[in-house]
Amino acid sequence: MRAQTIYIPKDAAALSVGADDVAEAIAAEAARRRLSINIVRTGSRGMLWLEPLVEVALPEGRVAYGPVTVQDVPALFDTGFLSAAKHWLSLGFTEEIPYLKNQERLTFARCGVIDPLSEEDYQNHGGFDGLKRALSMTPAEICAEIRESGLRGRGGAGFPTGIKWQTVLDAPAPQKYICCNADEGDSGTFADRMIMEGDPFSLIEGMTIAAIAVGATQGYIYVRSEYPHAIATMRQAITIAERKGWLGDGLHGSDREFRLEVRVGAGAYICGEETSMLESLEGRRGQVRSKPPLPALEGLFGQPTVVNNVLSLTTAPLILAKGAAHYRDFGVGRSRGTQPFQLAGNIKHGGLVEKAFGVTLRELLYDFGGGAASGRPIRAVQTGGPLGAYVPPSQFDTIEDYEAFAAQDALVGHGGIVVFDDRVDMAKQARFALEFCAIESCGKCTPCRIGSQRGVEVMDRIIAGDRRDENLALLEDLCELLTDGSLCAMGGLTPLPVQSALKHFPEDFGRVRPTEKIAS
Amino acid sequence: MSAIKDKDYGTPNSQSDHTINVMIDGRTVTVAEGTSVMRAAAEAGISIPKLCATDCLEAYGSCRLCLVEIDGRKGTPASCTTPATEGMVVSTQSPRLAKLRKGVLELYISDHPLDCLTCAANGDCELQDMAGEVGLREVRYGDDGKTHLDAPTDASNPYFSFDASKCIVCSRCVRACEEVQGTFALTIQGRGFDSKVSAGIGESFLDSECVSCGACVQHCPTATLTEKSVIEHGQGEHTVLTTCAYCGVGCSLKAEMQGETVVRMTPDKNGGANAGHACVKGRFAWGYATHKDRVTKPMVRETTSEPWRETTWDEAIAFAAKRLKDIQARYGVKSIAGITSSRCTNEEVFVVQKMIRAAFGNNNVDTCARVCHAPTGYGLKETFGTSAGTQDFKSVEQADVILLIGANPTDGHPVFGSRMKRRLREGAKLIVADPRQIDLVRSPHIQAQHHLQLRPGTNVSMVNALAHVVLSEGLEDRDFIEQRTDLDAFAAWEAFIREERNSPEALEPITGIPAKELRAAARLYARARNGAIYYGLGVTEHSQGSTMVMGLANLAMATGNVGREGVGVNPLRGQNNVQGSCDMGSFPHEFSGYRHVSDDATRTLFESVWATALDGEPGMRIPNMFDAALSGELKALFVQGEDIAQSDPNTQHVHSALKALDCVVVQDLFLNETAAFAHVFLPGTSFLEKDGTFTNAERRINRVRPAMRPKTGKHEWQVTCELATAMGYAMSYERSSQIMDEIAQLTPTFKGVSFAKLDQLGSIQWPCTDATPAEGTRTMHQDSFVRGKGQFVITEFVATKERASRSYPLLLTTGRILSQYNVGAQTRRTQNTVWHPEDVLEIHAHDAEQRGIQDGDVVSLASRMGATALTATISDRMPQGVVYTTFHHPVTGVNVITTEQADWATDCPEYKVTAVQVSRSNQRADWRRVQSPIVAEVAE
Repeated sequence: MRAQTIYIPKDAAALSVGADDVAEAIAAEAARRRLSINIVRTGSRGMLWLEPLVEVALPEGRVAYGPVTVQDVPALFDTGFLSAAKHWLSLGFTEEIPYLKNQERLTFARCGVIDPLSEEDYQNHGGFDGLKRALSMTPAEICAEIRESGLRGRGGAGFPTGIKWQTVLDAPAPQKYICCNADEGDSGTFADRMIMEGDPFSLIEGMTIAAIAVGATQGYIYVRSEYPHAIATMRQAITIAERKGWLGDGLHGSDREFRLEVRVGAGAYICGEETSMLESLEGRRGQVRSKPPLPALEGLFGQPTVVNNVLSLTTAPLILAKGAAHYRDFGVGRSRGTQPFQLAGNIKHGGLVEKAFGVTLRELLYDFGGGAASGRPIRAVQTGGPLGAYVPPSQFDTIEDYEAFAAQDALVGHGGIVVFDDRVDMAKQARFALEFCAIESCGKCTPCRIGSQRGVEVMDRIIAGDRRDENLALLEDLCELLTDGSLCAMGGLTPLPVQSALKHFPEDFGRVRPTEKIAS
Repeated sequence: MSAIKDKDYGTPNSQSDHTINVMIDGRTVTVAEGTSVMRAAAEAGISIPKLCATDCLEAYGSCRLCLVEIDGRKGTPASCTTPATEGMVVSTQSPRLAKLRKGVLELYISDHPLDCLTCAANGDCELQDMAGEVGLREVRYGDDGKTHLDAPTDASNPYFSFDASKCIVCSRCVRACEEVQGTFALTIQGRGFDSKVSAGIGESFLDSECVSCGACVQHCPTATLTEKSVIEHGQGEHTVLTTCAYCGVGCSLKAEMQGETVVRMTPDKNGGANAGHACVKGRFAWGYATHKDRVTKPMVRETTSEPWRETTWDEAIAFAAKRLKDIQARYGVKSIAGITSSRCTNEEVFVVQKMIRAAFGNNNVDTCARVCHAPTGYGLKETFGTSAGTQDFKSVEQADVILLIGANPTDGHPVFGSRMKRRLREGAKLIVADPRQIDLVRSPHIQAQHHLQLRPGTNVSMVNALAHVVLSEGLEDRDFIEQRTDLDAFAAWEAFIREERNSPEALEPITGIPAKELRAAARLYARARNGAIYYGLGVTEHSQGSTMVMGLANLAMATGNVGREGVGVNPLRGQNNVQGSCDMGSFPHEFSGYRHVSDDATRTLFESVWATALDGEPGMRIPNMFDAALSGELKALFVQGEDIAQSDPNTQHVHSALKALDCVVVQDLFLNETAAFAHVFLPGTSFLEKDGTFTNAERRINRVRPAMRPKTGKHEWQVTCELATAMGYAMSYERSSQIMDEIAQLTPTFKGVSFAKLDQLGSIQWPCTDATPAEGTRTMHQDSFVRGKGQFVITEFVATKERASRSYPLLLTTGRILSQYNVGAQTRRTQNTVWHPEDVLEIHAHDAEQRGIQDGDVVSLASRMGATALTATISDRMPQGVVYTTFHHPVTGVNVITTEQADWATDCPEYKVTAVQVSRSNQRADWRRVQSPIVAEVAE
């Protein structure tokens, strides 16, 4: 009898709820029962409330069970889960789980499916199709393809990736660099980590395509130190790629060269800001540079540099493999393609939802997320990380689209969505936003360095009811200064959560809702 | 007179030739492309508020006061970091901007002590100015928030204090340390509100890597970093623009004065040599001028065993004149001699040599350049035709490969060192040839491509090997050689250099430099777009010093690296006016402008202007003077501003010679070592009292303007004139500018120089003639060499007679340190001693271990000439077999050790090679015990 294949994630999120123990228990139980099984450790499918999610391979597809605990293992065997027998943990065919079925998995197509470090798995699932095509194109053609796909920077700023690449391509220099920003520091976000752990070769392929497109020969992946598993996986993947001739001189039998290295951050949120990241990569204190010059013209070590988020780079292979039109056909308006959204906080079904732009927050929160984990009404969500706005339920029908969000003073950002139920105190959340800025500010510009600290103090006085109106006026002035005066988005966007909280939840600040005022 | 405050344009000047037009507040201004909006506004006379920006540093964009509105652009970009573009329309004032600026100031002041009236920066505080400019009227944040008001003050540096409670974290100090000085001693520690300026990681300024250049203090916009002299005295009320009197860089300085008291010295941004930078000596170490040891009254004595007797100028001059005349009457005209000083002004030097030639009636004049750069004068004159460096300092900004030989600019010529480091950080490559691992071999953001760690005394072998690689690998510049040089001489030189015995491989056993490394270095230099040679006393102070200078000139000519910006052969001259003292005719064989005394036309010119007959025979050099004193041929010596008893080699020989003289006249600030042998002491003036000019290493003539009256009552040139007159040759000038007029009249290369022009132009680089621009000549030998065709000279290596032996197995080489200057007469009388309280012997760990020497042990240092004792420090800068020390402290008596070996052409002493033995010593055996009691007395 052929060994039955069982898939168990080794993604950090799965590990945190005991995936290793479950894998070990399944192996032991199989041995005890003299059953021949083959356990394949994968990335995560992104349905985090179901982790550890155990999948059994059948000819018709994979059948899922979860969340599986060590205690469940003997019963699973007893039930005959190896032949997809029903069990109270049965989820049916994985691909048929609505949470997954209703997504448009483009970037994350392989994540959770393949063994992340298996070169065969990668190639059998379309790996390197994009790069192979890129190798037959001119750099300008590659840049044009990316531009036509409508791909925008997934780190949060949403700058058109193809235009950035073209800028670097057009900058003459003896040395150019590709720097991948994997300093994923936004609250409630984990997509970069998931794909680095679940499909590392896609990042290598994407960076290689970028390198060929702009004429770079050296790349760096800047990963935050809080991601030890991603760091280890990326490093192993790079080693494998070097051995296979996918990196280095004459990669994939071409006349191109590209080298790649993982660099680990030191715990500063600000190093997710691209210029601080470059400073840190150069071995300096992580501190924001003023722009201009743009990193595309004078980036790492003063050379033209592509700085892209992990998701932008891991999407490039798909665009090259299937063509710009394929990707562009997803999405709405000027927001093309898909965005891997990440549902976190007080949400029943937390996880990764890759969905074409145009999906509404409400769909994400309720159709996918299933509402608040507490079962209480959702009062606010923060989108786009700690510098993003708090969105009230009245705006949950806004579609996810860079421009539509901007019109509501909110951010799509890196796709993080953090959910709060009706017990949240929005004044405290506003204070938290300022405190976060005070803690994480690089300290270079005055508004952010002193203003964030003063903001916390002013908020404390507001919360304490100390000369509330004066302090609220001062807070408005300070927010205006932070927005217009800060050197980078850190200080510039900190007022977003503060002002959105004030605007949508004035009662938490001891103010009366304008509408109620009219009513009374 | 009033205090000079230079206009600050906010960001550095753009170098672009292309111009653009922008409209700022309705005014159209044309600026170079790349100019920031802030600078464009400043050029249009519009001042945008700023705190972190200054035109000496790259734009940083942190204070956010300089925000502006630009038509068609979102938001309020910072004007310092936004380049102006063609057609841009900018508003620098609007209600929105006013509110933002006030908001920024409000934040600053919410964390700043409000003690303006008692603050040291009161009246000179940019934060105060900005609060006034933006009209800040209240701070709404209350006084219960987090602040830095309790942050401590670091007063560890002797010259300035760091009051962290006043810091606005603009990073100007950190950036100045990086960009201007290049030391990277300062950083910002912590994040966000906790960000603070830190020397090293939480060290005090004194304990950190800070070199106390003061750039941080200069660029601090508040009282955070302030000179202690300003804290004590307050702000200056007028400024005197003058020139530093330490090294050959010749920094332009602004003395900020209260009456005749200096309250602070700052570098002049417009200074041609220093462009707004200074070092720990120039900026801070001027306290010696008012030190209690200064002698301000003339003194005489019949014999050196008597105590000194204060007297009047008239009596002292009459006393000296009579003695000198009596000696000449008894022993002949040539029995007296004089030494001019590289520390004095051109005008002072010129009158001294004039006195010697006209009043003494002989050519027995020499100068301290004899012991430093005389080989430069000889070598460059032979090859290029004139005794001076080829470039200005600014030229280094265009150099692509720098070959640095026997010079340690970060210590010896710190302000130029910083300029070189800036160029190296921009990507220029560096080759260091030095037995010792100097800082430039490896320091923050600097890494030499090649360190040729040669054995002391093998320079000529090395340069021959470098040239061998150039010729044998076809790296020479044939076009340059054919058009610009004497082809016969080249052919002879080429044949010599190509000989196999000059290959790096053949010479490796002599130089100790791996042939592969030397070949790589030679290729790097030869292939450079612009290859520049910089050298110091490590080239000249050798028995083949002149040969080596010619070797370098050969190398530069062979590779076409002469005659344009970014290249050249550049001596880093030691003393502030060593170039000038040589130019002024201080050598026994040359009149001013390097014209031989035997040249009839020149001599006739001088005779007619000076109205006296002059000797056509060269006189004695300094070493000849000592020998002649011992042989009884020389009986009297006039020594101005040079402590030959300490600085010249083979101290015991020098002392015996001085003792043998019947009359020694010393003119100096202090009773120096030489004064112990003197009969007449004429008090000298410090640079703060002088009125004249210094000429630096780039031939730049800078004005020295008096900040105070002479403490002695007389200018030194007046004293010289009176002495000459008393000896029977009438000399008088009403003011020093008349002396320069006479120099210009008699010296073709100085023809266009006058005080009036210097005051107008700031400085002039000679040659300055009818054929040159008014500012003189930045780069020499541009179309042809001064001598016509460049002359290749065969440079056969001849090993020095000074060799390591069984008894003296180590080689001693000497040098200088940043904080001290030469014999230390000045710097030892300042607080610079905190950095270098004593001379120490640097020794390799292996050599130390073999001798049982531990770090900090007192050791005996002996050569065949004598012995002294000093503290040993084990240093990884030293190669095995070589030891190093400085000569700043008389108590060390390093020149007791040094030998009589000297350059074959110029007698420049071989300070850089002495065979020695080092051994553990139980006590600090003072070498003076073997000396006369007089010497010992003076030393205490």
